[in-house]
Amino acid sequence: MNGVKLSGAEILLKCIEAEGVDTIFGYPGGMALPIYDALYDSGIRHILGRHEQGVAHAADGYARATGRPGVCLATSGPGATNLVTGLANAFMDSVPIVAITGQVTRSSLGRDSFQEADITGITMPITKHNYLVKEPNELARTVKEAFYIATTGRPGPVLIDVPSDVSLLQVDYSPPYEVKLPGYKLAPDTDPGQITKAVEAIADARRPLIYAGGGVIISGAHKELLQLAEMLAAPVTCTLMGLGGFPGGHPLFLGMLGMHGTKYANFAVSECDLLIAVGARFDNRVTGKLETFAPKAKKIHIDIDPAEISKNVKVDIPIEGDVKIVLSRLLGMLRPNLEEAWREKINAWKREYPLKYCAGSNIKPQYVIEEIYNLTQGDARITTEVGQHQMWTAQYYSFTKPRSFITSGGLGTMGFGLPAAIGVQVGCPDEVVFDIAGDGSIQMNIQELCTAVNYNLPINVAILNNGYLGLVRQWQEMFYNRRYSQSELLNPDFIKLAEAYGAVGIRVTRKDEVAPALERAIKLKEPVILDIVIDKEDNVLPIVPPDGSLDKMLG
Amino acid sequence: MKHILSVLVENNPGVLTRIAGLFSRRGFNIDSLAVGMTENPLVSRMTIVVEGNERYLEQLNKQLHKLVDVIKINDITRDAYVDRELVLIKVSADAARRAEIMQLVDIFRARIVDVSPKSLTVEITGNDGKVTAFEDSLRPFGIKELVRTGKIALLRGKNDSTKNHANKEEDEI
Repeated sequence: MNGVKLSGAEILLKCIEAEGVDTIFGYPGGMALPIYDALYDSGIRHILGRHEQGVAHAADGYARATGRPGVCLATSGPGATNLVTGLANAFMDSVPIVAITGQVTRSSLGRDSFQEADITGITMPITKHNYLVKEPNELARTVKEAFYIATTGRPGPVLIDVPSDVSLLQVDYSPPYEVKLPGYKLAPDTDPGQITKAVEAIADARRPLIYAGGGVIISGAHKELLQLAEMLAAPVTCTLMGLGGFPGGHPLFLGMLGMHGTKYANFAVSECDLLIAVGARFDNRVTGKLETFAPKAKKIHIDIDPAEISKNVKVDIPIEGDVKIVLSRLLGMLRPNLEEAWREKINAWKREYPLKYCAGSNIKPQYVIEEIYNLTQGDARITTEVGQHQMWTAQYYSFTKPRSFITSGGLGTMGFGLPAAIGVQVGCPDEVVFDIAGDGSIQMNIQELCTAVNYNLPINVAILNNGYLGLVRQWQEMFYNRRYSQSELLNPDFIKLAEAYGAVGIRVTRKDEVAPALERAIKLKEPVILDIVIDKEDNVLPIVPPDGSLDKMLG
Repeated sequence: MKHILSVLVENNPGVLTRIAGLFSRRGFNIDSLAVGMTENPLVSRMTIVVEGNERYLEQLNKQLHKLVDVIKINDITRDAYVDRELVLIKVSADAARRAEIMQLVDIFRARIVDVSPKSLTVEITGNDGKVTAFEDSLRPFGIKELVRTGKIALLRGKNDSTKNHANKEEDEI
């Protein structure tokens, strides 16, 4: 390749393409113009968002749905800082994203130049790694490393900041070398001794429980998880991020655990004598009060990130390694250990404390979610915003496949669902995509509706409209004496709003309209907003009050 | 218990910020920190003194390892090691008391590096105990200013942690 001179921007795009990327999500601006100019001649498809936060979430949704890294592109200064929430969101949920930002020229750096922001400094705590590329001949290596770091081990976002003069300079291009990162450890080696210990602990257990998290989905270990559960006849509970990692309709499935988990899942946690944590990180929304979490259980923790082990809850048998590999090794050594009494106890809890809501003449949010499930038979890709509708979705949509539930777990980012749905639909063009939203959250990135219309992405946005920031109102009702401080919303007319953007708006105010409206929306194959007017003051139940014990649930 | 972590890092821009930022956002306290290049110009060594129990140290070690620029971490307090710190002390010293101070400087094998009509500046190198004892003995004269480099340390004898940074291997922590 000697003698070939390319601009920094051309090298950047060439290297991104070499990583197998065919789509990037972005928004142009001054310091990114050299990159956009090179993009003009490139084979890469560019999806133009309407705000950089939307662009980052779209890349995130794309990555979660397809398992391939999402790529987003923004300009310097405000463009870059607008990516920040999206990067933090991806970081918390371990999503592989490579973000490219334009930057002021090298000679302008550090001078408070127009649209300058120290984005590598700003994103240090919310990226797996980041780079400021000071020399054009470092671009190829940097892109190679960035994709490698983003997608291997515990995945996460990586940012590359490129000064505009670095993008413009013509230099000799030589293809990137093999990645050499002495400080980067891919995945820890699994200690066979720990697996033996786990096998022994499992053999001794009378009341085992599997607690599965997002690691199962990222690692692609859902089949191994199912085998493990069936071999041990052990019940399985999933975290919010783990939903879809285990078939929702399976008799061993207990639904979600934690703050808004099922009672039987939380009782099982409190009563089990062996807790097998698989790719989960003992988040405080899962554990409640740490001192009373799984108090009777010996704990096995399988995780690719050694730093997650004994971070929040001290575990007895840590197993570092990729979940899929560890589970398959474990499966080879296990013997069936079927304990009838434990399953009978769990089934009794299931009968006694099912998830339930009062069906009335008004539209119940839980009913809407059940209807979306009925219509799609669990085959849709579901994104959500953050709030009550998200928890109801986790409770009432029976996720059966990995990567079918795309939600902001760790960061809890309102405004995630709509742009994420766009990314999902771009990645999975033939599938039905729903964003289940609240009337508060949807307004946080509503501008992305225009992106959906622009590219004719037939996403269905189901707004469960109760005129409140519902979860805020619920907490105010339960823990702040019904003082509804700033939680009631004056909303726009979502139908007119949809139409103004060129989407279809459907209002649903009666229960018998729900199913036909959903059906119509799916058939339209256009971006649709469903404004579904639900009971104003419905609560997400059951609930473990913040920092409470899992066995003391309300509702 | 106090631990001295000897951390080898890639000498990349921003690496100090990455480490310092990790300490502050995860709530780890740094007692002292000294940074400098090693015999390999691509690698720097940070000597970080921290205080905490085993679980605290384990979590700190694991979090540090997640930084791509961190090559190797050694808790050298677990082995035989030598540590040193350099301290400069500016102490009030009029003509009448100068002799007394110079005697102390001799006893501690410190060095006078600057003299002015009203003060002496003294340099001392040593471990914690020696430096503290010297500081205490100068205190009655009136310490005007004091600066410490922070501790630096190496393992004794044949053990070293600088050479093998080709792979991030099991750390002795």
